[in-house]
Amino acid sequence: MLEVSELSATHGELQALSGVSARVGAGEIVALVGSNGAGKTTLLRCIAGLVRPRAGRIRWDGEDVAGVLPHRLVERGLALVPEGRRLFGRMTVDENLRLGAFPPRALREREATLDRVYTTFPRLAERRRQLAGSLSGGEQQMVAIGRALMTRPRLLMLDEPSLGLAPRAVEAIFRVFTEINRSGVAIFLVEQNVRAALGLAHRAYLLEHARVVGEGSGAGLLDDPQVRQAYLGPLAVVR
Amino acid sequence: MRVLLQQLLLGLLLGGLYGLAAAGLSLIFGVLKVLNVAHGELIMVGGYLAFWLATGLGLDPFLALLAVIPLTAVLGLALYGALFGFVVRFDEETRIKNSLLVGFGLALTLHALAVRAFTADERSIPTAYWGQTVALGGLVVPVGRLASLAVALALIGLTHLFLARGRWGQAIRAVAEDWEAALLQGIDVRRAYLLAFAIGTGLAGAAGALVSVGYSISPAIGLEWTLKALIVVVLAGLGSLVGTFVGGLVLGLAEAASALTFGGPYREVVGLLLFFCVLLGRPQGLFGRA
Repeated sequence: MLEVSELSATHGELQALSGVSARVGAGEIVALVGSNGAGKTTLLRCIAGLVRPRAGRIRWDGEDVAGVLPHRLVERGLALVPEGRRLFGRMTVDENLRLGAFPPRALREREATLDRVYTTFPRLAERRRQLAGSLSGGEQQMVAIGRALMTRPRLLMLDEPSLGLAPRAVEAIFRVFTEINRSGVAIFLVEQNVRAALGLAHRAYLLEHARVVGEGSGAGLLDDPQVRQAYLGPLAVVR
Repeated sequence: MRVLLQQLLLGLLLGGLYGLAAAGLSLIFGVLKVLNVAHGELIMVGGYLAFWLATGLGLDPFLALLAVIPLTAVLGLALYGALFGFVVRFDEETRIKNSLLVGFGLALTLHALAVRAFTADERSIPTAYWGQTVALGGLVVPVGRLASLAVALALIGLTHLFLARGRWGQAIRAVAEDWEAALLQGIDVRRAYLLAFAIGTGLAGAAGALVSVGYSISPAIGLEWTLKALIVVVLAGLGSLVGTFVGGLVLGLAEAASALTFGGPYREVVGLLLFFCVLLGRPQGLFGRA
């Protein structure tokens, strides 16, 4: 469904991606892990059309989408939940979600999608009239995910969704990822919570210094001694 | 006492136009992060359009408003396409700097063109109700100016309603808050910019038409109106059109009060003083969000 091949991009003076290839199939959960500054965010921003790559190709549904404007990609079923949530803080939860269904295709099914989002996140239904900026971090992340779901994506990309959240909130949103995936939406997940991400993902890529240095099944990478050493700490190796 | 109330009333009526003038500037600045210092010249253009429609075609100026608003909005589309569309490609700080340059150039151009086309004379639309007044508890209310205030209020209300409820109105608000997040929800940010700019210039045109009814226009009024609008925007803060309108009323009242207390020449000083005090004490404005 999504195919990235030999992608290179710069972030200011830095080489953020160099020859990165990855793919996400329909209905898959794919994780992208790696240390800070490895280029994970840049990869997602390239796919979403926010950053123009220097070289390489991005194919969506078999079509080259180089130069396609970001809002058009959303219409074609690609959604990104950006790092830091980026909610419209001066609008209510309900307004944020409804506005999410902006593409015409999503607008037609807005009320049905909204019901589903509120069923998935009952907490948001309770807070629908509250300003999004006044919610807790976990609740804000729920709004951000819900808002992206309102566009009716076939691929949901998430950039560090667990960043800054309490452990219980992290657990809650990871459970939701499984649920979303069961409804047929593919997920491409960038995470610094490596254990949780690899535990969830069908497949995963390891990104270091702008290059893919490893790939495999989520469970396989989780058992890999090198991965354990680098991302899960020395204690994980002993266990 | 009656003199004071009379002056305050006139100040309030003028303040409504300040509010309308500032609303367009505030909308454009708040959404595009572009400061159009030619806003006053667009008001001037709206005034001449109304003048021309009223004297040339014999339209009532309030009827002419129905043509002036779309005409100036279309002018806004053209200006965006030719000039400001290039400015919004940069980050916010660069946008403001570049828009100042573009705006000054545009202001000078429009001023010069207006002098050529209409001469530098002051003009005002003659109407049947010019000079007519109604009495209100011993105070004298000029009919034309009262109607202007009502129209200004109605336009602000309509724009506010559109921004609050309309599909593209909400999109404009989202873009104002975080354009990249809006883009990721499938909102065509450039179209939202274009729309906000056209609405802003349309409001400027409307303000100009109303100025040419109750007051007078000349090619040189642009700078003065840009300044008033800027003062009101700073006074009220960004983010609420209704707040901006109230800010305009406050400025009108303050000007009238100071003209009465310190004499006519001080009318202009009080606005700048308010500007200064608000910047020092409450930089986000009276109704703005920090």
